[in-house]
Parts: sequence; structure tokens; C-alpha cells
Amino acid sequence: MTPGKMPTDAEISALHEKLDREAEEAGYHLNPDRAFARDLVQGLLVNTARYGYASCPCRLASGNRSKDLDIICPCDYRDPDLSEHDACYCALYVSGPILKGTRKLRPVPERRPSPEQRQAVVREVRTTPLGGLAYPVWRCRVCGYLCARKDPPEICPVCKVAKERFERFI
Amino acid sequence: MEIVHVSGRNRGKVMLYALSTCVWCKKTKELLASLGVDHSYVFVDLLPEKEMEEMMEQVMKFNPKGSFPTLVIDDRKCIVGFREAEIREALA
Repeated sequence: MTPGKMPTDAEISALHEKLDREAEEAGYHLNPDRAFARDLVQGLLVNTARYGYASCPCRLASGNRSKDLDIICPCDYRDPDLSEHDACYCALYVSGPILKGTRKLRPVPERRPSPEQRQAVVREVRTTPLGGLAYPVWRCRVCGYLCARKDPPEICPVCKVAKERFERFI
Repeated sequence: MEIVHVSGRNRGKVMLYALSTCVWCKKTKELLASLGVDHSYVFVDLLPEKEMEEMMEQVMKFNPKGSFPTLVIDDRKCIVGFREAEIREALA
């Protein structure tokens, strides 16, 4: 794999600002260490150019989007890691206490299952809705947003991830 | 880009498996440089497919999660993640 084209300063700043705005609007926070977050944003742009999707800069992508859906930023593990460790795995996103400086950032252990475990997991697809429900309920695997409608939305209105990150919940 | 060797004080065989895009890997690499210990590092994400697979086998032997950074000292002690105090102690 080649290093790929390096993003420009302007591209990094633009994405950094967009992610920061979207995070705050949805009740999330980017790492207040601007230089640290900027390096991660650069990694996201490098990975987008290299693989075609913004996989986590701190994880090795396979190059196959459907195999890496769970590590496209924001990853499926961000919210449980924010709850348990005050930061996501790469620490692009941090909790309120980290933002305020009342807690200190610590290394976050990898929550993503190993390649073998991932293969063993069959994505649960429920085909029969519970009796009486007029619509199936879809759950965003990233932020837990639920909606009852025929299909999931194109983009999660809360965390902005794509439609294929949703799973059938009920 | 293959394995890069950085000369320094001998503290045994120190090997860092890293990703070129990972900020925690960068911090670990900078820590090794500041400690001035003899070490090698490799950016696994920049390797051609076959070499990447071989390198991942090496990583998984020490760290079954296959996560980064993975620091291996003398082919036996493994420190996963930027655990600064632990790394400093192991290489003191």
C-alpha cells in the first residue's frame, strides 16, 4: 500500500471544522488538543484517498468497505468507549470530563473483535417484525438512534453515518 | 517502506509495529526516539499485500488483537498501546 496523496492544510482544516461542528450539534466532543485531533483528521483524509472510505486512522483497514463498516469513523465502538474510557479508540472523540479537563486521557484498549471473531459473528437480521407493529424499527449501530419506518434513513440524523450502518432492531 | 532501524543505546531488540496514520503510534515512535534506545519500526499499512500479511502474523503472535502500536522487546515482552510509563520502565 502506498502512502497516497497527502491532504492539504486547507482540506484538513475544512474537515476538522465540519467534524467539530457536527459533533457539538449532536452532543459529542472532538479532542480539545487541536494538533492531536488535526493529525487524526489528516489520517481520515489519507485513508479516504487510499481506501475510498474514512476508516479509523489507528486501525489497519482491509481495503474492503463492507468488511470495515464497523471501523468507518465514527466507528461502532465510539459510544461504548466514550462511556467506559472517556474517549474513542483513537481519541478523536472525547467525553465532557476530558473536554473540561477534569479527567485525564488514558489509552483505550481495542474493543473491536479479532478477525476470527468478526468472521464468526453473523450480523443479526430479523425478518419477522413483532406482531402489531406497523413499521420495523431500525437502530444506528454507531449512536443507537432508533426510527420506525420502512427503511433506515440515507444518513443518520444524529451521527451522520451512512444507511448501511443501521441494523434491524425490532 | 520496510523496516527502519534507528541506532541508539542497546536495551535489547526493540521492535515497533505501527500505522503511518495512527497518532498513538506516532507518540510511541517519538518516545522511543527521545529515550535514545536502539530500535526498529515498521508502518504495516504501507507494506505490499504479501509483506503486510506476514507482518500481521508476527504482530498477532504477540498481540492476538492485531492492534497498533504493538511494541515487542526481545521477542517476548509485548506492550500494546501508548503506555508511556510501562514503556519507559521496560527500556530504563
